[in-house]
Amino acid sequence: MLELFGTTLPSRLLLGTAQYPSPAILADAVKASGTSVVTVSLRREMAGGRAGENFWSLIRALGMRVLPNTAGCHSVKEAVTTAKMAREVFGTTWIKLEVIGNHDTLQPDVFGLVEAARILCEDDFAVFPYTTDDLVVAERLLEAGCRVLMPWCAPIGSALGPINMTALRSMRAHFPDVPLIVDAGLGRPSHAATVMEHGFDAVLLNTAVAKAADPIGMARAFGKAVEAGREAVRSGMLEPREVGMPSTPTIGKAAFS
Amino acid sequence: MKLIVNGEAHEVAATTLAELLAALDYEGDWLATAVNSDLVHKAHRAEFQLSDGDRIEILSPMQGG
Repeated sequence: MLELFGTTLPSRLLLGTAQYPSPAILADAVKASGTSVVTVSLRREMAGGRAGENFWSLIRALGMRVLPNTAGCHSVKEAVTTAKMAREVFGTTWIKLEVIGNHDTLQPDVFGLVEAARILCEDDFAVFPYTTDDLVVAERLLEAGCRVLMPWCAPIGSALGPINMTALRSMRAHFPDVPLIVDAGLGRPSHAATVMEHGFDAVLLNTAVAKAADPIGMARAFGKAVEAGREAVRSGMLEPREVGMPSTPTIGKAAFS
Repeated sequence: MKLIVNGEAHEVAATTLAELLAALDYEGDWLATAVNSDLVHKAHRAEFQLSDGDRIEILSPMQGG
């Protein structure tokens, strides 16, 4: 099973809670996915505390561990303050650290990310950094105190799937003992299965489930895909080859002339 | 005193952060507060003195990816 910061998690799928058609569908999708970690955020409260309380009641009723994020933060200061506010509200040191650097791609500002990660790790946060597949940045994040890395596989919400599998494979090979969670850009269950087959420890996704025509069915499909990919990599997959090889024994084949 | 609360200008009589929350009808245990971009812990709101022009953020749990 997946172990993160001393916590054993039964599922290797982490699921976001945004953009669902309704709170009821969100709750059912979370249950159908089999996940045990959901991501949440903090936003300006405009209803005197009641909007946030309603959502938080729904999440607490699901009995999941929560991973708050710093989504939308574009500076180190914003991200660090948001993380501290999240720790107070959600009562967890876990933080999905996002420092966004580009408005179009939502690519992380990796320089700010490393700086924010260092500040938060020194403050005893369990930092889950949303990063790129850059190996040098990954090294810097680990030096800053991170014990988990979350590389994107494509821009957030793009549904493109792993657009640079070579880089992701390289990352897996370079950090064999670091939990690696593919975060952002997954569009289909086959994308999730693919990265799991390449040895990634887990995936985190949101839009692909929430914006599906049937989010509950898609949540279930992603849950199965993640399990299938994990089981496959543990079971030893065949290496592809260029020529055909019969699967039915040739010995004892009848000869007709 | 003039304050910016969640991006909107307010003219209030409150002098502490706790008084401000009460005056604006914020309630509940699931709020996080920051003044001028720094977290103010819940336990410190009653003693936290506000100043004219302060920027206050009042956040609560929301959906996130």
